Amino acid sequence: MSRVPAVVITGPGTNRDHDVAAALELAGADVRIVSSRALVDRPSHLGDARLAVVAGGFSYADSLGAGRMLALDLTLGLGDRLQDFVDRGRPLLGICNGFQVLSRTSLLPGSLGHNAQGDFDCRWVVLDRVERSNSIWTKGIEDPIHCPIAHGEGRYVHPDPESLAAAGQVALRYRSTNPNGSVDDIAGVSDPTGLVLGLMPHPENHIVLRQHPHHRRGGGGPAHLGLRIFEAGVAHAKKL
Amino acid sequence: MVASVSVWHRMTIRSIDPDPRVRRIRDGAAALGLPPVGDVEVADLVHVRGDLTDEDRQKLHGLLVDPLLQKGTWSVPTGRAVEIAFLPGVTDTAGDAVETAAAMLGLGVDSASTGLRVEFREDLDDTLVHALVERLLMNPIIERSSMGTIEPLAAEDHDPSVTARVIEVRGLDDEGLAAVGASRSLYLDPEELRAIRDHFESIGRDPTDVEIETLAQTWSEHCAHKTFRAVIDATEPGGSSSTRREPLMKQLRSCTEEIDAPFVRSAFVGNAGVIEFVAGTTLALKAETHNHPSAVEPFGGANTGVGGVIRDVLGIAHKPIAITDILCFGPTDLPLDDLPDGSLHPRRVQEGVIDGVADYGNKIGLPTVAGAILYDPAYTTNPLVFAGCIGAAPTRALHDGPHAGDRVILLGGATGRDGIRGATFSSATMDATTGEVAGASVQIGDPIVEKLLIDVLVGAEDMYTGITDCGAGGLSSAVGEMAEGVGADVDLGLVPRKYPGLEPWEVWLSEAQERMVVSVPPRGVSALAKRCEQAGVAWADIGSFTGDGVLVVRNGDETVAELDTAFLHDGRPQREMKAAMPDPKRSGATTRTVEDPAATLLSLLRHPNIASKAATIHRYDHEILGATVVRPLIGAASDGPADGVVLANPLDTHGIAIGIGVNPWHGLHDPEGMAFNAVDEAVRNVVAVGADPDRIALLDNFSWGDPRRESTLGDLAAAVDGCCAAAYMFNAPFVSGKDSLNNEYVGADGQRRAVPPTLVITAVGHVPDADRCVTPDLLGPGNVLMLIGSTNTEFAGSHLDLLQGEPDDPGVAPAPDPDAAMHYRHLHAAIQAGLIVSCHDVSEGGLAVALAEMCIAGRLGATVDDLPHEDLVTAMFSESAGRLVVEVEERSVPAFLRIMDHDAFRLGVVSDSGTLTIAGVEPVAVSDLADAFNSRATRKVFP
Repeated sequence: MSRVPAVVITGPGTNRDHDVAAALELAGADVRIVSSRALVDRPSHLGDARLAVVAGGFSYADSLGAGRMLALDLTLGLGDRLQDFVDRGRPLLGICNGFQVLSRTSLLPGSLGHNAQGDFDCRWVVLDRVERSNSIWTKGIEDPIHCPIAHGEGRYVHPDPESLAAAGQVALRYRSTNPNGSVDDIAGVSDPTGLVLGLMPHPENHIVLRQHPHHRRGGGGPAHLGLRIFEAGVAHAKKL
Repeated sequence: MVASVSVWHRMTIRSIDPDPRVRRIRDGAAALGLPPVGDVEVADLVHVRGDLTDEDRQKLHGLLVDPLLQKGTWSVPTGRAVEIAFLPGVTDTAGDAVETAAAMLGLGVDSASTGLRVEFREDLDDTLVHALVERLLMNPIIERSSMGTIEPLAAEDHDPSVTARVIEVRGLDDEGLAAVGASRSLYLDPEELRAIRDHFESIGRDPTDVEIETLAQTWSEHCAHKTFRAVIDATEPGGSSSTRREPLMKQLRSCTEEIDAPFVRSAFVGNAGVIEFVAGTTLALKAETHNHPSAVEPFGGANTGVGGVIRDVLGIAHKPIAITDILCFGPTDLPLDDLPDGSLHPRRVQEGVIDGVADYGNKIGLPTVAGAILYDPAYTTNPLVFAGCIGAAPTRALHDGPHAGDRVILLGGATGRDGIRGATFSSATMDATTGEVAGASVQIGDPIVEKLLIDVLVGAEDMYTGITDCGAGGLSSAVGEMAEGVGADVDLGLVPRKYPGLEPWEVWLSEAQERMVVSVPPRGVSALAKRCEQAGVAWADIGSFTGDGVLVVRNGDETVAELDTAFLHDGRPQREMKAAMPDPKRSGATTRTVEDPAATLLSLLRHPNIASKAATIHRYDHEILGATVVRPLIGAASDGPADGVVLANPLDTHGIAIGIGVNPWHGLHDPEGMAFNAVDEAVRNVVAVGADPDRIALLDNFSWGDPRRESTLGDLAAAVDGCCAAAYMFNAPFVSGKDSLNNEYVGADGQRRAVPPTLVITAVGHVPDADRCVTPDLLGPGNVLMLIGSTNTEFAGSHLDLLQGEPDDPGVAPAPDPDAAMHYRHLHAAIQAGLIVSCHDVSEGGLAVALAEMCIAGRLGATVDDLPHEDLVTAMFSESAGRLVVEVEERSVPAFLRIMDHDAFRLGVVSDSGTLTIAGVEPVAVSDLADAFNSRATRKVFP
């Protein structure tokens, strides 16, 4: 089977691009890491890809608010190309800072504010896939996904979470522990098509079993790998 | 010109939901013992100057304000408030971003700056508001404040003499030389000043300010390690005899050479030690201190401490992969009245330092993994910040440049007046005025710029012949060191600057952060330049390496320095120092009385040094890069303390373990034994998680008082003896080290306060199988608990004494365990054989605390029927070295004992009773143990 060409988009200060690339490779993609600047110069990097991820980190040092400057690159800089990418049915994922970036474009609803408890927080969380979700990124996933969060601004804010859920756009929820005060425990949201997913936690940091903090105690297991999300995205892109 | 109609516009932005900074202000004020501040609100300020239409302002509003989270207004608020903004010249990253974003939107913004507004709803009196501003809200070194609204300011355009000045030293006597030294804060010894005078007399001219400052930086304790390179005349206890000792640095190096470990690639040369555990991959190891800067400006000091040690690893051509931090603070509940003049409150120091470490590590994208936090009143005036970094690279020959003809290429941030004279400042004693005098010494970090430097340099190793970072001493030390023996000719006029008006010596000495110097053959410059431009990293070709051994510094047409590098690097007279060797008590153990051992155990678990550091650990990203296999917190509820941490790339079988050893309280009683045991503890911590005891490399970091006091130097020499003895015994070489001396504060009363002898040992060991790491969490009821190592009555410097107070005769501190190395090899064999279910080292608080931590980590009980010492208090709380508790399945006990040569003591069993039951002690519920241990696990919220 041929591998899916994928692009990981970065801005200056993105720092989980290699983690995402490793996850995508393991899920069956051929990955190219491209900065937004290079993408503006050569948009074909995006056009050639069948799947795209905006990786996490501190693009542009969170200046003017997390994700703002990279979002400008991907909208003012790239014009309509990112929207076209999605319009052509290709899956797009924003993780952590990537979620913050996409939430500042018209691609994803809502905003991300400071964690309710006030500080950057790094800990493992359990994510439930929302059954009525339209997301292609969680398709076929039944068991909860275990993976870490690492962010200071991950509190999801939306004026009408009920209608968001009714539209199938709530993809993932924090189970039992809501680490940042997100409305309705929302950890990940989709666009209306289900092709675009934004989530704060880092599934790319749970791609092999021993990364699970309770691995030695028999915790975790293949069904809970964050890798499953990348596999679902790659599986969808493969059908294009 | 647009500028003619360009005016300042001011946007005030408030959070719709409660702003987390409000809580910090209220907590901080309460922690400082200030009266209640009532309701507080904060807002961000953005000043933009430009010729803007209403439509432009609307666009900017859309850019700056997220309508779901914030409200913004162009009208100027009124009411009781204080506003804070950066001083002119200080990097304002957010302001720069506004300029960039406005340009993308096509708006005519000439400049932008940002600030903070704090509003008080209650009618607070001026004294209180001033106290809040001075003690909590503003740092006068980098910020200014104004009651009401603050006006935006551009960088001052003052233009002092931009030529170098001649400093007359020829013909001066000691007094005259001392006056020169004092007026320029050179912190040089009289002999050193004489050597400088003699040198310039011999060449028939006086030095320029650039030259004398270059010498002061290069010869500073910080850069030259004068004490570690000194010949020491050591007097034995009682003053009976004295011996001449070789320099401490030579002693450590000889030790490494004699151990001759096959995995050492480079030790004690360049920016970091280099080892190779697995053929094809080398690791660079480095740990640094950033004590003085963190005392004055905790956030900036710790922030740039982390940035600096990462650059050390970059400066030996390795890709940084992890950060460590060991922090020492005064008691956070110190009454305000007891705070010495000029010192920041320990709570503020702690907040700032931890924020600084978290900010740099999280933003640059490296896991901050191993660490420790220690509290002692002695650290109130001298907090200590140790930061370490590990890097990895494919094995290649070390760079052998610079070569004559290579260009001097400066990469990274622009140069400003920040961090001037940091190297000399670090080498001085502090007092009440230090904060003011040392203002300019504080550096400002920008982790994103350094991240981009990593992006440029990793993978570019073939493009340069030599590399070093701009750390202490700035260009003077980076170019000065690289030019040793080769010579260089550089033009300061070509160095990119943040603002005009810098004097040549300021450019040359500035410790502006995030800069590296590389030597590049002329034909290779354009390729590197292209790489920089793609990544958005600034670069400048500032001169060449010449081959004549002379360091020439120009400022445009003017030559401002011309120094023979032989004199610069070898002209410093070797220090001769006197040491009075300590006379530690090694016999005459004294026991302790404990009324209620169970209650004492709980008190120890609540002790700030032992209690969970979760509140800090969770603020560091320890997951990034996906390699963290054993985390700092482990177990059933992920709240048990790990011994070492293990890093392994997701698809590799092997990994590395990192362990820390530190115990200043033992050092107060027996510096040599303390040092030996610090090595033991670091080694034990990595062996406990699965590292091979025969493949361990060590780093030493000494933070000591003023070595010119004979007893202090004696303690230091004794500690080096202990380090070397332990390195030999464990067959574990030191590959890099650093000393920070003069960690002293002179109070208004004239009293000197020195830090206790604080030696941090970092051990990095090879883990052959990262799938088989062992952690301290108990796993199986019915499994057997065994103790490795012997228990003796050794309470001097123990945490039991910190809790109960030290008796008149403290007895002895823990003695080195001569069997430890053998025990660890056996334990490793047992781990490799899969016999060890869980394992925990015994350190602060003794066996009882170790057992309690294993119960907490596994949320299981334990029943201990047999104690390793007839005295209950010794068995529970003595801190004898070389000990570990292991959990072994009953059926594996015979095999385990065979491997251990039957040298292990059966304590009892793991139970599902939910209590820790120790013979002769009231049982304690595991939930109570966990509550005590976690009593500081969340950030304290003040009412």
